[in-house]
Amino acid sequence: MPEWASYLVEIFFSGLTRGSIYALIALGYTMVYGILGLINFAHGEVYMIGAFVGLIFASLFSIMGLPIWAIFVLAMLAAMVWSGAYGYTIEQVAYKPLRKAPRLAPLISAIGMSIFLREYVILAQSADFRAFPAMFESLPDLGDFGDFLQPSELVIITTVFVVLAGLFYLIKFTKTGRAMRAIAQDREMAMLLGVDADKVISMTFILGSALAAIGAVLISTQMGQINYNIGFIVGIKAFTAAVLGGIGSIGGAALGGLVLGLTEAFAAGYLSSDYEDVFAFMVLVLILIFKPSGLLGKHHVEKV
Amino acid sequence: MFVRPLVLPLVLGFCWFSTGLFAADTLKIGVAGALSGDLAPYGIPPKNAVILAAEQLNQQGGLLGQQVEIIAVDDACKPEMATNAANKLVASEVVAVIGHICSGATKAALPIYAAAHLPVISPSATSPELTLDGAYPLFFRTIPHDAAQAVVQADFIKDVLKAKTAVVVHDKGDYGKGLALLVAEELKKRHVKVLMVEGVTPGAVDYSALIRKIRRAKPDVVAYGGYHPEATKIVTQARKRRIHASFISGDGIKDPSFLKIGRQYVEGYYATSPRDLGKIRLTQQVTEDLAKRNQRPGNFGLQAHAAFSALVNAIKAAQSTDPDKIKQQLQSQQVETTLGSITFDPMGDVVGAGFSVYQVQNHEFVDLHFQLK
Repeated sequence: MPEWASYLVEIFFSGLTRGSIYALIALGYTMVYGILGLINFAHGEVYMIGAFVGLIFASLFSIMGLPIWAIFVLAMLAAMVWSGAYGYTIEQVAYKPLRKAPRLAPLISAIGMSIFLREYVILAQSADFRAFPAMFESLPDLGDFGDFLQPSELVIITTVFVVLAGLFYLIKFTKTGRAMRAIAQDREMAMLLGVDADKVISMTFILGSALAAIGAVLISTQMGQINYNIGFIVGIKAFTAAVLGGIGSIGGAALGGLVLGLTEAFAAGYLSSDYEDVFAFMVLVLILIFKPSGLLGKHHVEKV
Repeated sequence: MFVRPLVLPLVLGFCWFSTGLFAADTLKIGVAGALSGDLAPYGIPPKNAVILAAEQLNQQGGLLGQQVEIIAVDDACKPEMATNAANKLVASEVVAVIGHICSGATKAALPIYAAAHLPVISPSATSPELTLDGAYPLFFRTIPHDAAQAVVQADFIKDVLKAKTAVVVHDKGDYGKGLALLVAEELKKRHVKVLMVEGVTPGAVDYSALIRKIRRAKPDVVAYGGYHPEATKIVTQARKRRIHASFISGDGIKDPSFLKIGRQYVEGYYATSPRDLGKIRLTQQVTEDLAKRNQRPGNFGLQAHAAFSALVNAIKAAQSTDPDKIKQQLQSQQVETTLGSITFDPMGDVVGAGFSVYQVQNHEFVDLHFQLK
C-alpha cells in the first residue's frame, strides 16, 4: 500500500476511535433529551465519575490478583453500576422535582449538579491527575496490521460497536425500549396507556450513565490518567455530536459522534491540530445551516 | 512560570534611610523595586536580602574601608514612578543599583542610570531585550531572560542530541505556546529543520491523529511546550507507537506526578528547569538568617543577594567604584553566590545561574550539568 494511503487509513482509525467515544457519550445526552426535552449538563461529570470508579475497582481487583481481562471487565461493570446509580440519583434530586417547572429551571439545576459533582470529586479524590491502570498494555501486537491500528483502539472500537448494537436492540425490540419510544413521542398518552413514566425516565438516566461509564473506562485506560476535569471537554464534544446528529435521535447521536471524531482526526492529520476544534464546529455550523434539526433529527412543527 | 497569587503587603514599606549624616564615610548602594502596591511581595524580599547582606558585610569591616549604606526606593513596578526612583538614587550619589524588579519599570529607569553612568543589576527583570538590545552596557541581571530557556533547549537539541529535524508541539497556553514558539525560532537559527508546529487542546479525548502525524514526519526530536499532564499523554502514546524521537520540555513538566504517571514511558525525557538552589550551603545560610528576621527569600531575594555579592566582589577586585572597572570585573570574576558560582556574559546576562537540563533516569530527574557554550 502506498504511504499516503496507509496514512489515510491510520487517520481514519484515529477518527473512528475518537468518534466512537463521542457517540457513546452523545447517546446519554440524546436519550434524556428525547424523553424529557432536557439537556443533562451533568452528563460529562457522570462520565468522569465512571472513570474514577473504574480506577478504584481496577486497583482493587489488581490487588486481588485477578487476570487483566477480568480486571478490565469487572472494573467496567462496576463503573457502569456506579455511574448508573449516580445518574438515577441525579435525576431524582435535580430534575424530578422540577419536571413541571419552566424549562430554564432544570437547566440551571443541571449546571449546579455538574459543579457539585466536580467539587465533590476534588474533595474526595484531590485535584491532581491520577494514573489509570494501563490494562491494554499486555494486549498482543496486531502484526502487520499494527501499523494502522493499535490493539487498544481495536478494543475501543469493537466494544463501542457491540454496545451500540445492544442498545439499538434494546430500544427497538424490548418492552422497555418500546416504553421509552412511547414516552418520547407523547408522555401523557403513554401514561394513560399504562406506561410507568417515572420508571422509564429513571431507566433512561441509568442507561445513559452506564454508557458514559463504558466510554470513560475505555478512554482512561488508553490515556493512562484522569482528573476531576476530564468530563468537561468530552461533555462539550459529545453534546456537539448529539446536536450534529439531531438531538433526540439515537442513530443521529451515533452518526454525529463518528462524523465529529473523523472531522477532528482528519483536520489534525492533514491540516493542523491547532484547528481541529475549529473544524469540528465549522462542520456543526454547516450541517445546522442546511439541516437545522441535525443529520437524522426529525423536524418538529412547533405546536401553537 | 507558574503564576503565583499576589498577597497584598501588610506593611507598606517607607524606605527612606537618612542620608547625609555619614555622607563622607559611607559607600552607597541603591535598591529599587516595588515596595508598595500589588507587586510589593516581589520587591520587598530582594530589599531585605540586600540589607541583610550589607549588614553582614559591614560587620566584617565594610567595603574599600567604608561602611556600606543601602538606599532603598520604591517604584511600585510602575514606569512613571521608576524614573522618579532612579532620579532619587542618582541624586543620592549611589555607586551602583540593585534593581529594578519589573521589566517595564527597569526599562523606564535605565536611560536615567545610563546618563549618570551607573552599573545596574536587576534580580528579576526577565524581558529579553533589556540586555540583548545592547543599549545599556552597564545593565546586568542575575536571572535568565525569558528566551534563555528556549536557547538552552535549542542548544541542547543541536549540540547534544545532534538533531537535524524537530517537531514542536504546544498546549496553546501562554506559557507553553510562548516557550514552544521561541524554541522553534531558536532551532531555525541553528539550522535544525522544524518539520511542524502543532497545538493540542488540553483535556482532549485522544491525541492519536497528532501522534500518527508525528510518526509520519519522523523527527529526531519532539519539543513540547506545556505542562506535565499532556506531556505524559503525548509521550506515552508516542512510545507505544514506537516513535523513538527524543522528547524535551520546559520547567512546566518537572513535577513528581510526571514521573508517577508517565512511568516507563517518560524514561529518557529531557526537561530544562532552573537549578535547584536548596542544596547550596550559602543559600541555606541566607535563608536561615532571613528566617531569624521573620523574612523569606521570596521569588527574587536570592537573586538580589547574588547581585549584591557579585557587585561587592567586583568592587573589591577593582579596588574602585569606577563603573567601567566594575563592569570589567563583573564579567571576568567567577563569584560564589546564593545562585551558585556565577559570572556575566558580554551582554550582561548571568552565566551559571540559568537553566539546567535534566533527564528522567530510573524514575528521577537527573541534572545533566549542561552548560551553554
